[in-house]
Amino acid sequence: MFAYVVRRVLATIPVMAVVALFVFSLLYIAPGDPAAVIAGDQATPDDVERIRASLGLDRPYLVRFGAWVFDILRGDLGVSIFTNLPVSLMIKQRLEPTLSLMVVTLILAVSIAVPMGVIAAARVGTFIDKLVMGFAVLGFSVPVFVVGYLLAYIFALELEWLPVQGYTPFSNGFFPWMENLILPAIALGSVYIALIARITRASMLEVLQQDYIRTARAKGAGLRSILFLHALKNAAVPIVTVIGIGIALLIGGAVVTESVFAIPGLGRLTVDAILRRDYPVIQGVVLLFSFTYVLVNLIIDILYTLFDPRIRY
Amino acid sequence: MDRRTFLKAGAGVAAIGASGGASAPALSQGAAARTLRFVPQANLANFDPIWGTQYVVRNAAVLVWDTLYGFDERLQPQRQMVEGEETSSDGKTWTFKLREGLRFHDNEPVRARDVVASINRWMPRDPMGQLLRAINVELSAVDDRTFRWVLSAPFPKMTMALGKNATPMCFIMPERIASRFDSFTQINEYVGSGPMRFVRNEWVPGARSVFQKFDQYVPRNEPASWLAGGKRMMVDRIEWVIMPDPATASAALQNGEIDWWENPITDLVPVLRRNRNILVDIADPLGNIGSFRMNHLHAPFNNLKVRQAVMTALSQDDYMGAVVGNDPALRKTLGGFFTPDTPLYTEEGGEMLKMANLERGRQLLRESGYNNEPVICVVAQDQPITKAQGDVTADLLKRLGMNVDFVATDWGTVGQRRAMKNPPNQGGWSMFHTWHAGADAINPVVYNAVRANGDGAWFGWPNIPAVEAEVPNWLAANNLAEERAAIGRLNRAAVENVVYCPTGFFLSYQAWRRNVTGITKGPIPFAWGVSKS
Repeated sequence: MFAYVVRRVLATIPVMAVVALFVFSLLYIAPGDPAAVIAGDQATPDDVERIRASLGLDRPYLVRFGAWVFDILRGDLGVSIFTNLPVSLMIKQRLEPTLSLMVVTLILAVSIAVPMGVIAAARVGTFIDKLVMGFAVLGFSVPVFVVGYLLAYIFALELEWLPVQGYTPFSNGFFPWMENLILPAIALGSVYIALIARITRASMLEVLQQDYIRTARAKGAGLRSILFLHALKNAAVPIVTVIGIGIALLIGGAVVTESVFAIPGLGRLTVDAILRRDYPVIQGVVLLFSFTYVLVNLIIDILYTLFDPRIRY
Repeated sequence: MDRRTFLKAGAGVAAIGASGGASAPALSQGAAARTLRFVPQANLANFDPIWGTQYVVRNAAVLVWDTLYGFDERLQPQRQMVEGEETSSDGKTWTFKLREGLRFHDNEPVRARDVVASINRWMPRDPMGQLLRAINVELSAVDDRTFRWVLSAPFPKMTMALGKNATPMCFIMPERIASRFDSFTQINEYVGSGPMRFVRNEWVPGARSVFQKFDQYVPRNEPASWLAGGKRMMVDRIEWVIMPDPATASAALQNGEIDWWENPITDLVPVLRRNRNILVDIADPLGNIGSFRMNHLHAPFNNLKVRQAVMTALSQDDYMGAVVGNDPALRKTLGGFFTPDTPLYTEEGGEMLKMANLERGRQLLRESGYNNEPVICVVAQDQPITKAQGDVTADLLKRLGMNVDFVATDWGTVGQRRAMKNPPNQGGWSMFHTWHAGADAINPVVYNAVRANGDGAWFGWPNIPAVEAEVPNWLAANNLAEERAAIGRLNRAAVENVVYCPTGFFLSYQAWRRNVTGITKGPIPFAWGVSKS
């Protein structure tokens, strides 16, 4: 196992290198000019040209790419063209809100969706099953921002229970932190809950047809013990896979959710950087997201061995 | 106590029991009243008002850096950091004396040499600064409070140049910063001379910027009037909260999570007006001028008659309807290029602007010899104002009988593409849309868009000597009548030759909570004099 983990970690290096090359090249050929944005609308073409030169944007592709790779190898993500702040600092400033949102969403989604899927499978064909599947269809169909606006309208504007927007750091206390995350996590989690619930149901239905479940029933095992002890563990591999895939969904969804709830996270940082063509920030954030995704896949692969002892690396 | 506060209190009591006091200390009412939470028009992505000349940077910078002179609400420059000035009899030498007690935020006194360095850094970036630079003989500090500027020619608009609110403004920074970074390199230290300090360690670009009252700032004794007079801060702290989504900002204002929103979109104004805790009013009486620019270098708009055909056919009503809707309080039809209700506004020779005659436009197009060349119309879709104008223009050009190639893109791409002088079919462009702040369209030097000096002109590069001839005449004018005469001739030449097409004048709203007082209308959200109960 240890050798496998080391191999997988080493394999991330070429993956990240390809991502880096791809991202840099894509940004190089993409239209748009940060110098024009910096110079402002009243600037003359000469002003724009001088700013471009001062930022080094007039240098050839290979020179810029080489300098960037050299910096990356030294652990330096560069400096934002606009803010003049190190990209690593900007990412650090934005990491906690996004991590908080994703963790709360993940916990919320798994703790709601897995029991929903299990119950739907246990009560297949009944009203409860239809209700759960109806919710899943709704969760897939309604865009995150619509759910977000609806929640904000009901729980913030009408009921005045929760704030509309913003983020309070965890260091200010658990409840203030949580207060700002409840609505965004529900909004972001709606698709995720739908996805996990459906997969859990399908996976459980398959497992519940197995002989050993019939045997357990025949031996007089209770429904709860059959569902959660015997069936769920064996149905877990596809569920864990979907949870892993869903991390990418969360990263994408966080961009919208952070905008709707004005959460100062990495999603908004990415969008702002793209709109302004802040190349070092885009490159840094995309590298981070790619690394996270590779890491999540590795964790999922390791989790397989816990749920299914037959899987060995 | 509102319902949420009550629930929070309840939750807080429960939390103390459950978590051993893990909840955050509550902000006292007094502290909350001394903090103004403001949603600006855009993200403060950089904070160097000379290097980056976006309006949002200027608006934040006026809190942090002071200026030698400042425009009042009559658009007259008034002394601000300057105590007095003397001009030699030939008008070529200016001697300025600074007020006593001026301090930077690092507690160092503001000295004449700081001013000299700041002016030197500002000049290359500013149109009026460039004129001064061209006639500069010597700018030097005489003593700590006095500096002298020797010019090779008189410059009657000196105080206007040093006090104008058009970006970039001549902000005063410490010499060690102003002389270390040239105009095209961004500063990384924000030591101001104004009424608020920039709290750098709380700056999260794209999310939040914080300003703290600078207790040692000495305001002038006169009442504040825009950038002039006593800049007295009534709050201790201003938090700029960046909200990219207008619906969220609207909800946050209604919920009392923010105090003042600089630019609510027109669609949400009725919702805000229905809330008895919120006030809505015009933000900036100088408003904005919508525009599209045509590329004078290439066909079809290198043909004067084609440009005239478009200007004759366009209806400003159509454009303003698309930009701000049907609220008559928000729009005006322009007969000239300058900002309405300002001293230099004129409609001399501006009949074509108000014509809105499609048939006449078609006739002019036929007479022009237009040969169905494609019009590459580049439209930023991420800016509601440009998108709305672009849709109207595309329809107009089609009705005129032109061959429109509508390029929907984002503002960053427009910014890059409009700088290209290539022919439209080789990566260039034929037209793009934008708008000009009314505060920047009050005289021909700060108003780049109306200039027509060929390669030196703004994008589109119009070359119309009749327009340019009037700029020095305005500069040399000794009184308002002479200024107006020069601007009248300039306006006529600009319309006849279609420097660009103004699409109408429009205003926008601002909104704030009823417990906030002292908000004024102006081209910048002036925070001095604003208090919160």
